[in-house]
Amino acid sequence: MPFYESVIIARQDLSTQQVEALTEQMTAVVTDNGGKVEKTEQWGLRSMAYKIKKNRKGHYLQLTMDAPAATLTELERQLGLNEDVLRSLSVRVEAIDMEPSAILSAKASRDDRPGRDDRPRRDDRPRRDAPEPTESKGEE
Amino acid sequence: MARRPFFRGRKSCPFKGENAPTIDYRDTKLLSRYVSERGKIVPSRITAVSAKKQRELAIAIKRARFLGLLPYVIR
Repeated sequence: MPFYESVIIARQDLSTQQVEALTEQMTAVVTDNGGKVEKTEQWGLRSMAYKIKKNRKGHYLQLTMDAPAATLTELERQLGLNEDVLRSLSVRVEAIDMEPSAILSAKASRDDRPGRDDRPRRDDRPRRDAPEPTESKGEE
Repeated sequence: MARRPFFRGRKSCPFKGENAPTIDYRDTKLLSRYVSERGKIVPSRITAVSAKKQRELAIAIKRARFLGLLPYVIR
């Protein structure tokens, strides 16, 4: 059976449990139709580069599976019917990579980066949230 | 004939060789290097990506755009 991976974008106002439920639901669709889900990934709530169906953000999840073509057609049909799914992309892959995909490793390396708290405070600059000086200096 | 000044020689493809990065539509950090400030795909004559890899790259960028990982246009 060929390998496929599907990236699914779910609506932003879903809770984490609902996203997990959606993952299980779609996994069930695959297993009921003779496929096998090898790996699932949650990328979490990410902001998108542009609005999709009036949503600025979306929950991203990925299913990697070993399934016959008919199963994928059924999965795509179900994804199209589900109103919580904004968009999905299914691609055939040559091999299943059990490592976490690039997007997750990028996120992990970003978390390792030291915070910017060690940067000295610039108290000489006016703070943006500071109230405006009431009297104008009358420049010019 | 004297060598041309400021001639840098042909850069080789960044996706060639052993520890070259693999082109993946999820790898936004890598893909964004081959996208202009406006969000357009940079031609291979500028980035020196080989024709074969440029085709792969173009597909990956388009997939990333579809998923909202990369913008179609930056205004």
